[in-house]
Amino acid sequence: MNRIKEKFNLLKANNKKAFITFITAGDPSLSVTERLVLEMDRHGADVVELGVPFSDPTADGPRIQASSMRSLKAHTTLPKILNLVKKIRKKSNIPLVLMTYYNPVYAYGIKKFAGDAARAGVDGLIVPDLPPEEAEELIKESRRFNLANIFLLAPTSTKERIKKVMQKGSGFIYYVSLTGVTGERKTIPPDLYKKLKEIKSLTRKPVAVGFGVSRAAQIKSILKKADGVIVGSALVGIIEKNLNRKALYKEFNKKIDLFFKIIHKK
Amino acid sequence: MTDKKGYFGGFGGCFVPEVLIPALKELSKAYGDARKDKKFIKELDLLLHHYAGRPTPLYFAKRFSQTLGSNTRVYLKREDLAHTGAHKINNTLGQVLLAKRMGKKRIIAETGAGQHGVATATAAAMLGFPCEVYMGEEDIERQALNVFLMKLLGAKVISVVSGSRTLKDAINEAMRDWVTNVRTTYYVIGSVVGPEPYPRMVRDFQSVIGKETKRQIVQAEGRLPDYLVACIGGGSNSIGLFHPFYKTKVKFIGVEAAGLGVNSHKHAVTLGKGRVGVLHGSKSYVLEDKFGQINIAHSISAGLDYPGVGPEHSFYKNTKRAKYVSITDKEAVNAFKMLSEIEGIIPALEPSHALAWVKKFAHKLFKNKIIIVCLSGRGDKDVDIIAGYESNKRKI
Repeated sequence: MNRIKEKFNLLKANNKKAFITFITAGDPSLSVTERLVLEMDRHGADVVELGVPFSDPTADGPRIQASSMRSLKAHTTLPKILNLVKKIRKKSNIPLVLMTYYNPVYAYGIKKFAGDAARAGVDGLIVPDLPPEEAEELIKESRRFNLANIFLLAPTSTKERIKKVMQKGSGFIYYVSLTGVTGERKTIPPDLYKKLKEIKSLTRKPVAVGFGVSRAAQIKSILKKADGVIVGSALVGIIEKNLNRKALYKEFNKKIDLFFKIIHKK
Repeated sequence: MTDKKGYFGGFGGCFVPEVLIPALKELSKAYGDARKDKKFIKELDLLLHHYAGRPTPLYFAKRFSQTLGSNTRVYLKREDLAHTGAHKINNTLGQVLLAKRMGKKRIIAETGAGQHGVATATAAAMLGFPCEVYMGEEDIERQALNVFLMKLLGAKVISVVSGSRTLKDAINEAMRDWVTNVRTTYYVIGSVVGPEPYPRMVRDFQSVIGKETKRQIVQAEGRLPDYLVACIGGGSNSIGLFHPFYKTKVKFIGVEAAGLGVNSHKHAVTLGKGRVGVLHGSKSYVLEDKFGQINIAHSISAGLDYPGVGPEHSFYKNTKRAKYVSITDKEAVNAFKMLSEIEGIIPALEPSHALAWVKKFAHKLFKNKIIIVCLSGRGDKDVDIIAGYESNKRKI
């Protein structure tokens, strides 16, 4: 079974929610990313998303943009990230999702990419600029290799769209909490619960909420309706503050522990 | 020519984050309704006529033609004489009028050379919208006049400091704004790029160039021309000129910016040297490295300095309907000066690339031919660049 599915089944059986993390692969280097993923696994993250840096990240706010640029400056490429996943897989069984814009995948070749990613140990793909209508080939190849296709839903998604995304998506549904780019926000959009309720009424697939999620109160109230939360910019912020500092791992783990407590302890 | 999903052959499509999908569907439907609505079409026609000064003249450039020999006759489609000094107004009037019809409250745009920014600010001012224009920091420096004009027109110019600080990053930033404010904001894209329905919608609004040209050349010469020549950045003035001639035998020449040379890595020859990729919402040729990271383009002309191109051009390239060539910074500057001196017309640096190609190749290719060059804009905005280029040359 796909590791993501297995994980969500396990969480559900234990009446728990998913703690999903995001960092950009190769920020500031692939060896740092390797260690951070292993730390996240040890400190209780349920699923890890690795960002593939892209020169033109239109769905990202300033923090993840800067992170992508640091990674590209360090000459991170998609083949190198797949190698990293191979290395991580020797030491960890945590579900790994690649979050990438479409062009690096297209340049790699969709068919080859799906096979190589699955063989390296990737479990799922999130391609934010690839809506289901344009994803036919990627879905087809992903299915052959048991890779989950995680599609996004947004506050602007209509009922018709929700149904379509449900039908094409696998792994979990990534609900974008707000109309906007990635980055921490102070509050939760007022229509979030209503939309989550609508989505949950249309599917039995797990729904995780991301974009703008970082505060304890936000997370607690989101998890009343959702099956998981995705934390990205807050973690990337720790990396940014501790570039070339030994304290990085300590600070990073502190943050992971904090989120773990909010999500998993009642 | 587009199928249901907004493809031109294999190019185009709609590669955007989910949050924008409903907005693009709404736009697509609103545009479909508007173009069938006689009232909307009439209102736009009147604005193009009384406000933008259309039809623009088709001018026979006698002295320029004489320098080419071979009895070549060159006509210039004078988009430089349209209001705001470039063809960009054709599109912005159409789109801002559509924004009004859709009940949107705010207009945003990206701009490279500033011509599209000025044209958007103009249409927004006239139709009563607040307007914000994203512009790369580097372009703000090299197109100071247009920045000042946008401000005079009541628009806010937002400096973009990410990435290459040029047009590509201005589009990224405008898309981020749109993702955030999608419910109230209309994003006026300035070229035949972006996700469906933008490439075909902008093409339709710019097709007024080709439709007028067809009428005017038949009136002047009693026949269609042999060649249409236009510069290509994103490709809106060229598609606007070419498209109404699609089903004729007239040859299309698209001229890209070769910057410091096609082998210099400092160029914007997307169709000539690029690969197929996905940038800014559509599949088309792009300048990228082998890992799919977008390269930074270079051209002396800010309006051509873009590592992507409209999907319909990619389709024309692959089906060989158009031929795509390139001209260096130096050749464009020489053509700029030549036209100024012998025709009394100071062209923008962008169409100077098209003029340069005619100047360079006319004697080889054409005898007794009629060539139409789209003079997409006037050169006032470029005089500082030309002055700087000349003084740099003296230093070397």
